Amino acid sequence: MRMSRRRMFTVAGAGLAGSAAAAGAVALHASRDAPAAPPHDAVDFYGAHQAGIVTPAQDRLHFVAFDVITKDRARLVALLRLWTEAAARMTAGLDAGPVGAVGGIPEAPPDDTGEALGLPPSGLTLTLGLGPGLFRTPEGVDRFDLAAQRPDALAELPRFPADKLDPALSGGDLCVQACANDPQVAVHAIRNLARIGMGTVSVRWSQLGFGRTSSTTQSQATPRNLFGFKDGTRNLKAEETELLRDHLWVQPGDGPSWMDGGSYLVTRKVRMVIETWDRAPLGEQEAIVGRTKGTGAPLGLTGEFDEPDLTTLPEDAHVRLAHPDANAGARMLRRGYNFVDGSDGLGRLDAGLFFIAYQRDPRTAFIPVQTNLARHDAMNEYLRHTSSALFAVPPGVPEGGFWAQQLFG
Amino acid sequence: MRTPRFLALTTAALAVAGLTACAESDEGATASGGPVAVNATDTTCEVGSTTLAAGTATFAITNKGAKITEFYVYAPGDRIMGEIENIAPGLTRELRVELPAGTYETACKPGMVGRGLRGTLQVSGSAAPLTDDAALAEATASYQRYVQSQSAGLLEKTQEFVDAVKAGKVDEAKALFPVARTYWERIEPVAEIFGDLDPRIDGREEVIEEGMEFTGYHRLEKDLWETGDISRSGPIADQLMTDVKEIVAKATTAQLSPLNLANGAKELLDEVATGKITGEEDRYSHTDLWDFAANVEGSKAAIAALRPALEQRAPELVTQLDTGFADVDTALAKHRAGDGYKLHTELTEADLKELSDVINAVSEPISQVAAAVVK
Repeated sequence: MRMSRRRMFTVAGAGLAGSAAAAGAVALHASRDAPAAPPHDAVDFYGAHQAGIVTPAQDRLHFVAFDVITKDRARLVALLRLWTEAAARMTAGLDAGPVGAVGGIPEAPPDDTGEALGLPPSGLTLTLGLGPGLFRTPEGVDRFDLAAQRPDALAELPRFPADKLDPALSGGDLCVQACANDPQVAVHAIRNLARIGMGTVSVRWSQLGFGRTSSTTQSQATPRNLFGFKDGTRNLKAEETELLRDHLWVQPGDGPSWMDGGSYLVTRKVRMVIETWDRAPLGEQEAIVGRTKGTGAPLGLTGEFDEPDLTTLPEDAHVRLAHPDANAGARMLRRGYNFVDGSDGLGRLDAGLFFIAYQRDPRTAFIPVQTNLARHDAMNEYLRHTSSALFAVPPGVPEGGFWAQQLFG
Repeated sequence: MRTPRFLALTTAALAVAGLTACAESDEGATASGGPVAVNATDTTCEVGSTTLAAGTATFAITNKGAKITEFYVYAPGDRIMGEIENIAPGLTRELRVELPAGTYETACKPGMVGRGLRGTLQVSGSAAPLTDDAALAEATASYQRYVQSQSAGLLEKTQEFVDAVKAGKVDEAKALFPVARTYWERIEPVAEIFGDLDPRIDGREEVIEEGMEFTGYHRLEKDLWETGDISRSGPIADQLMTDVKEIVAKATTAQLSPLNLANGAKELLDEVATGKITGEEDRYSHTDLWDFAANVEGSKAAIAALRPALEQRAPELVTQLDTGFADVDTALAKHRAGDGYKLHTELTEADLKELSDVINAVSEPISQVAAAVVK
């Protein structure tokens, strides 16, 4: 019998076992769509869609983008299988490998790094995405015989006005989004996947997020971003099945069939110019956002979820420009996180929003909305987009299958 | 995937019992039974047994003090047979070390300084050492021949370097510096077995402890490149030659175990990953890529010596190592200049990322070699 994280956790809490057993049994069968699962429980790894999209947004993020450095398709597929095994184990609260952090012989490095020993699954989800470069490199090379399978929707994003992108912090051939309610669990997952991938992939960039800025179910309260405003009030929610079908999940006929049931992921690292924002008068802040800072109600209304009359809002208000009615009905499921990367050399907070949005097709969602915002949004004075990436997120993994098997077969 | 937790929750008592059993069965046994318990405090070092049967010994060191501690097993002359560093207060860590019959000393080093709290350890008998395996015995013999050949080069080139320094020939000394270091860097893990000599020969300025003089290759490097004034460097150069001669005498007579080879091959690549990629090693001369190449060559030599044994035990690992080392060679070859390599300062971020990637790629299978050797 190997010492598992779960077992250690259970032993530590053995006194609670009697009453917790019943609750645990219920949670075992909770669907990832169900609201308000206890925050330390496990989320199903397998399913029709990947977890970590409509899963109730967890509090913490570690996001990583990889370059694939092997030229060998078989080696890439072998890694996806290894990653799937490790991801299924870690999301269930187990060590990354079958030997574990402390179960092996002294001469060998452990197949788990150990910092999550004793920690519960913490709602960990791991979500894999495939970047455009996997299908064809910027130099036009079809390394893995995949070019014919590239969906049209997975084209490099256009350059938006005022983008200040750092190429080293943008793009990537693969990505993994780790979300959990314990930051140590999220970091542990990414660290172990990076370790397993050593030699096949190379970490290109990664980002930690410490507070969710969106709610993805109706039972979650709307959180605040670092401007101090509620963010994601009008987000797509897990319960809105028809809207999810129309705006979130790739449908048969949209493109190559391997993406049916998948989604497209856009990430943007948006630095906020915190210090000057903090000096802006409350009235100006609210006019820029188009909502009140306290309740989050549209200006002139009283309830957060009141439907705004766009014509009454300033023409350059963020809410007005981002509203579906101003963008031919475009909707996305946003799942962003606040980040603080310490301070810069001038003593300013290096902070902002790591924007994450899932959608059925970026050409009719993120791209038109961001084009609109980049041109007109009054908030731009306080924003710097420094990183950008687009990934195709394949559908879910069937039990016994592996990540992106619909593409690699 | 969820069943384990459910079972664990409802059978918590069983899980506790299971854990205990599992912990016992998972721990390595020494030749004489379970691990030797070592209770370390800030002032004492109690070793559970001071007489052991020859073979692979396992020590379980528990730090009950308030300071971070280390544990060593020394052969006569303070030759390190095995060590475990950085044991934080409250932690128990294990050290496995292969000990032939003989007299040894154990030492705890609370606070990680000084000679430590010493005790005698008597090992008797002739329990089959790892090297009884013919392929492994040939591996250590083969690697010892490599150490001999590199030691000869080290002595010769260091003498030339020292002579040039003492003769005030700055340009000549600068040219010889990376060449002499190449021999050193190839066999550095063997040299590191001899604790206090290594910092005197190869210590970097920031690792020199208080009360200890900054000497060795890097001190001369600083004089040559930073001030260009070597008029007072003669005594440092003489000391370097004396120390190198001493370490060569020790290294060429050291009895190495297959585990030394496996760990040495890994340590050399770790050196590359932490010191050479970053340009910390040769910060005045920026000749880090010479050292990089030498570390890789030394690592390859240790693996080459182990190759027949590895082919029997883990053939797929050999394939991975071959591919990995070939990729390193290809990446490194792009930066050749004349008889040597470009300066670290001439490399772009992208160059360094590529070198880092290929080192990481081969380090992964390298880290599995020790386990294959003991299997």
